[in-house]
This record gives sequence, structure tokens and C-alpha cells, in this order.
Amino acid sequence: MSNPVSDTVNSNPLVLQIDNLVVGVGKDGGGKKIIDGISLQVRQGETLCVVGESGSGKSVTSLATMGLLPKDSLKAVGGSIRLVGEDVLQASDRRLRHLRATTMAMIFQEPMTALNPVVPVGKQIDEVLRTHTDLDAAARKKRILDMMDQVRLPDVKRIFNSYPHRMSGGQRQRIMIAMALVLEPKLLIADEPTTALDVTTQKQILTLIRDLQKDHGTAVLFITHDMGVVAEIADRVAVMRQGRLVETGTLDGILRTPTMDYTRKLLSAVPSLVPRAPRVEVGFNPVVLEANELSKVYRERSFFGKAREVAAAQDVTLTLRKGRTLGIVGESGSGKSTVARCIVRLIDPTSGGIRLGGREIADLSRRMLQPHRKKIQIIFQDPYRSLNPRITVGESIAEGPINFGVSHKDAMAKARELLELVDLPADAVSRYPHQFSGGQRQRIAIARALALEPDVLVADEACSALDVSVQAQVLELLDSIQTRLGISLLFITHDLRVAAQICDDVAVMQHGRVVEQGPAGEVLTNPQQAYTRQLLDAAPGRGWDFANFRPVAPLEAAAAAI
Amino acid sequence: MAIETLPNAVLPSRSGPSFGFLTATPIIAMATVCLALVILSAIFAPWLTTHDPQLLLPAMRLKPASAEYLLGTDAYGRDVLARILYGGRISLLIGLGAATISIAIGLLIGLVAGFFKWVDAILMRVMDGLMAMPSVLLAIAVVSLSGASLTTVMIAITIPEIPRVARLVRSVVLSAREEPYVEAAISLGSSMPKIMWRHLMPNTVAPLIVQGTYIAASAILTEAILSFLGAGISPETPTWGNIMAEGRGFFQVKPSLIFWPGLLLSIAILSVNLIGDAARDALDPRMKQRESGK
Repeated sequence: MSNPVSDTVNSNPLVLQIDNLVVGVGKDGGGKKIIDGISLQVRQGETLCVVGESGSGKSVTSLATMGLLPKDSLKAVGGSIRLVGEDVLQASDRRLRHLRATTMAMIFQEPMTALNPVVPVGKQIDEVLRTHTDLDAAARKKRILDMMDQVRLPDVKRIFNSYPHRMSGGQRQRIMIAMALVLEPKLLIADEPTTALDVTTQKQILTLIRDLQKDHGTAVLFITHDMGVVAEIADRVAVMRQGRLVETGTLDGILRTPTMDYTRKLLSAVPSLVPRAPRVEVGFNPVVLEANELSKVYRERSFFGKAREVAAAQDVTLTLRKGRTLGIVGESGSGKSTVARCIVRLIDPTSGGIRLGGREIADLSRRMLQPHRKKIQIIFQDPYRSLNPRITVGESIAEGPINFGVSHKDAMAKARELLELVDLPADAVSRYPHQFSGGQRQRIAIARALALEPDVLVADEACSALDVSVQAQVLELLDSIQTRLGISLLFITHDLRVAAQICDDVAVMQHGRVVEQGPAGEVLTNPQQAYTRQLLDAAPGRGWDFANFRPVAPLEAAAAAI
Repeated sequence: MAIETLPNAVLPSRSGPSFGFLTATPIIAMATVCLALVILSAIFAPWLTTHDPQLLLPAMRLKPASAEYLLGTDAYGRDVLARILYGGRISLLIGLGAATISIAIGLLIGLVAGFFKWVDAILMRVMDGLMAMPSVLLAIAVVSLSGASLTTVMIAITIPEIPRVARLVRSVVLSAREEPYVEAAISLGSSMPKIMWRHLMPNTVAPLIVQGTYIAASAILTEAILSFLGAGISPETPTWGNIMAEGRGFFQVKPSLIFWPGLLLSIAILSVNLIGDAARDALDPRMKQRESGK
């Protein structure tokens, strides 16, 4: 367990001291223990990263600290949370409200839902000041504008009167940070503050939090699931699992010499940013899928004035060979999902061609398309919504073959086989999706896609909603299926680490266009385009080779940093 | 690498909505019992009374309640109890029939309109047109055009309810068709009818059960209004509306002619509406959260 003396990086006074915290389910906390004996310390000017997978209790820990546990369902039943010496668990609601603004503050994952959509952001920050200070209007406004400057918002006078929906995700998160820090709290709790943001924005926000912390000497409790983010921002790290503390230590200590198996496993599961060795091409691989100058334009019709056109994808040309994996990477709004959905013909492309197995399918009618459907299948991001909750797993997998004339009995037999192929027991056929975890459901979705024996499998952010260790398993599964069945993969992802580990070729997209395309080894180590470099540069934790418990070797680091 | 262990198979499967809500609170339990009694008394009317509800006995006009005629007789000497019991058969039949038919047709229209964009515009404008007409007026027009019978009255009551069902189904389909599992079914090559029936229709079951109860209640009421206005089924056939319409002239002399059918009508409609509310609370998880959040 943690030793408060050996793993500290400074000797500043303690701001937050959590001792042996226990949180139970139920009004009286008598049920299952969600948090079971957690002890953490955060000192002034220090960042403690709490890292763990879903269900580890990291968010509950932060809510307990803020005194925000849902009263009907969770209750702290043991231990203490001392904020500058004062026990938060014993504080009255009134005292807590005061503490929450002046001594501790919190920023959340989704800034859009944390802000009031019908009040200008300046007013929302002003409300904090009006409630907790005696400043007059002019002084308050000066302080708010100053704070907005500090979080590096442009044109602060205009932004002061803007509504949240007029701002980008990064700007909204800056507003949240400004609101949190305007009263100079001693403790800032950040609960996955960059998870909903693109990598380039994430990098800016992380730098901002670091810089503000340095200027104000704030203690930061940073909750995340992403080891890359940990490597960027943490001074010390606490690893949590299922409500217990696995280990705490300095950033360097945890990343270089983790002592617990779970920490090692967690780190090993982080895909490396250094592309894997290219696969040897055996003989000549025929082209199975081609997209030629594919475009998708959305027209926003309006009654008055001209129709507005938005090009979600423009002149996208891609080639996928048999048995290979082509990755499409890009930030949100880059059009990568649009391309994937056009290729599977879930939406109709505006112009351009799609050749599947040598046959043009872009302009086929629904009826004519039917025989070609079985050659290309798609796996979706959200495993909780991609399976019909009212249909058994077996029926879901058997649906495809039955559509193409296989008898129900044979299709179900095939479903059992496929479940074993994706490492699930064959008797899972008669169960319903809600009886499975996210990773298991994604396996079922893969089995369903494979049931038609497609030539091409499109994976649209297929691993993005999964915990890192589960993600590693699913990636491994896709890899082994590709080796065994020789199918081609079109892999859409925003995560360069995943792309580096699974793709043979990579296409980088921005604003609906492919900006760079080529073998993964070249694009991700020696990018030619400024945007690709920017993306690689923003990938969190690029200096670390997590799986080997060391920083990236200087030569590779130099290559990765270019 | 090890796979996460499977959860036990004993978890409950969600194959269909459960009907435990029928006894959720004492009031709803009472509504269930009342509705059951009304339905049973209508079904077993021939065994509960030996009188013919349509037999005219001028000698026995407007008799008070007695052992022979438990609720007395009406202006034509017919047994009031027998007429009320048999009248319940017609009223309940119309309630059930109107609910079933309007849901069947509205479901079809809603599924098609929600799924195919190009028919959506046409179908929904037709539905809007239907909704713009007052339902009683529409029903009177239909009945007077085609003559009063059980079938025409039922059709006349059903037509104005169809747009409400179609709109409800369409809105459910519009949100459900964006679900990845529907897109997965499209890419698996499932036919449109199969996708609608297997993946979209089940989402509409819960709201339709609730809507169905409201339609049944309002159909029973509309039938009574039509009969009362003289635009319903021919007066010799006993329905609650007809009995009240005939009793109106003798209200001063014998108020029970209106009281008893009115009471049964109110009980039936109140019970159906209460059960509908209970079904909505039980089937809509958001309502449940609001209750517990208090």
C-alpha cells in the first residue's frame, strides 16, 4: 500500500486527505461496498491522477469528496475526507455549498451538460462570484474577464455574452475551468475533463490545467481512464480497481516499476504509438474494396434564402487489398464515419464510386444491392445499442444467414460455432444481450458480422467505448480472425495508438478530405503533412512505451515527435 | 488473455411486459376488479337475467324495482337490468373493437411513415387532415351516410383514433430506426418488412398498450354520445347510450333509468383510464424515476 512519505514529490501542506473511505449502496450505505477502504493524499501544487477502468469507483471517490453522492443510493459509511483539515463527510449542507465554491471545485467530462444552455457564460461565472464574494459588478466583471484571459479564450468581451451552444467543446471546457478557478480554490477535481474532446484540444486543455496549477498552486485530483493522459499530467498516480486502491506512487515509479500485477496488466494493454512491424505480403493480394472520389454532401434546405451545403466527405479515394487492414484516422467531424457508412451503403453517397469485389455498388438500388450486402459487414461503436435487446444472441447472429436462404436450424448451428470463434460459450445463443458485458457484446457483434462470411469487415470505432484491457482483447480477436479467415478490415478510429497496432495502411482525414495516405509505418513515423504531425504530436503520453515500462527509446521518440 | 467471466444465466429475460402493475396500488386494484366485474356481467348477461331486453310489455310500463324486475322496467315495459347488462356487451365490444382496429391500422401507417421518408409526408398530411375534424362530427357524418349498425358505428368511432396511433408509432419508429441494431439489420440484408416487424415494432408495444386503454375508454364514451344524440345504433338495441337517451324523457318520473347505465358507463371508463395510467407508469421507466426521485 501507499507510503505517504516515500512517494511524495513535494513537502507542501496537505490539501486533501482521504482516510480509509468506505462508500456503500443504499440510503444507509448498508449494501454492497462501492468504495472499500481508499486512502489518498493530495498536496498543494500537486496533481494526483486516479486511474482505473469502468466500475473501479474513481468517479464515486470524487463525488464523495465534493459531498455530491446521490443521497438515495450511495452513502459514505466509514473513514474521513479532510479538506485542509476539515472533514467533508461531517460538514452540513450549508457549509458544503460554501466549501464547494471557495475551497474545492470540480470540472466534468461533458461541458455542454454542465453549463446552463439559456444563460450567457459570463453571467454563469458571475453567479459564483455574486454568491460567494462582496465585490461590486464592475470588479466582478473585471475578475471574470481576467480569468477568461487566463484560460486563453479569444475575444473575451464577446465570449462573456455568448451562450454555450455558440462555443466549441474546447472553449466550453475552458469556461468550466474559469468558473472552477475564479475563486481560487485550494483543490480542483477534474473528472475525465478531456475524454469528450479531440486529441488536439485535449492537449491544449491539459497544458492549460498544468499552467494554471503552477500559477495558483492548486492541488489537482485528476480522474481518468487514459494512461496517456496520466503520463502527461500526473505527479503521482493512484491505481484503482473495483473500489479498492491497487497501488499509489510517483508517475515515474508507476510507469517504470509497477509492483502490482493489475497495474502491469493495465499498462501492458495500452497500445504503443510505434507502429507494429509491417506484415509480409505473401504473393499478390487482389483489391477487394475501392472507393473512388467518394463524396457525401448534406443540403440544409431553408424556406428563405439559399440552401446551405455541407460536405461531410469530399473526393475520398481508398484501396483495400485482401487480408489487409486499412485505418481511417481523424478527429470528430473529419468525415471518417460518413465514409464508412457510405461504403456499407447505410447512407447513399452523393457522387463517386464504390467497387466491392470488382463490382460497382455505389448506385445500386436497394433490391440490386441485396446480394452484395453479404460481402461487406459493419461493427458499431456502442455495444449496448448495436444488439436488439429483445432478441436472443443466437437469433441476432442467425439473422444474416437466414436472410440469404439458410435454414433456421443450420443458421443457429452456425451461430454456436461463431460464438466459439469469438471465445464465448456456444450456449450463449439462448441468452439476451443485457446478460453480457460491453466487451462480450462487442464479440457477439463481431460474430454476427462474420456470420455472412464477408470479404470486408468495417469496424467503426469498434473499440472506443471499451476499457483498455477489454479493448486489447477485442483487437487481438480481430487480428486472429483476420489471420484465420483472410478477411480485409476497414478500421475507423480516432485513436492513433490503436491504428498503429492494427493497421497496415492508414488514411488521415480532416474536414471531409483525406490529407495523407500510405503504409502505417511511414505515415505514423514520418508524416509528410502538417496536420498528421499535429495529430501525432497531440497523442497523449507519446513519450512513453507503456507496455515495456520505459520511455520511448530516443531514436523512436525522435521519430514519433517529428 | 482471460475473458471476463459470464454472468449467471438466472437473470430475468425481458421477453414481454409484465402485468404486475394491475395491483400496484389499492385504487388500481379496485379499478381492475370493477372492470373485471363489468366485463364478466356483460359476458354472462344471459345467465344473470332471464328477461329478454327487447321484449315490449306495455302492461308493465315504468314499474318500480321488485323481485321480478330488480331495477324496474322502462317506458315500454322492458326490464332495465337486462337492458343494462346486454347494453354493456355492445359498449364494451365497441371499446375493444375500436381500440384493436385503430391500433392495427395506425401501427401499419405509423411504421411505413416512420421508415419511408417519401410516403411520410403524404401519409402524415392525410392524418393531420383527419385530426383537424371533430371526432363526433366525423362519426355522425359516417353513420348518417352509411346507415346505423354496429359495424358502421365502430368504423365511425375508429377513424378519428387512427391518426393518434399513427403519430405515436411514427415517433417511436423515427427514434428507433437510428439505433445501430437497426442499421446492423440493414447491412445484414434483412428485408424492410422483417426489419419493421422484428426490430421496430416491439418498441411500440408498451406505448400502444397505454394508448389502447385510452382509445377504448373514449370509444365507449363516443358510442354513448352518438346513441344519446340519436345517431348511433338503432334504439331498440340496448346500449348504455340508448338506454339513457330513452330514459331522458322520463327523468322526472324515474331517474333510475338514467342513473344505472350512467353509473356503469362512468365505472367502466374510470377503471379503463386508471389502468391505462398504471400501465404508463409501469412501462415508462422515466415516470418511475420521477416517482422515486420525490
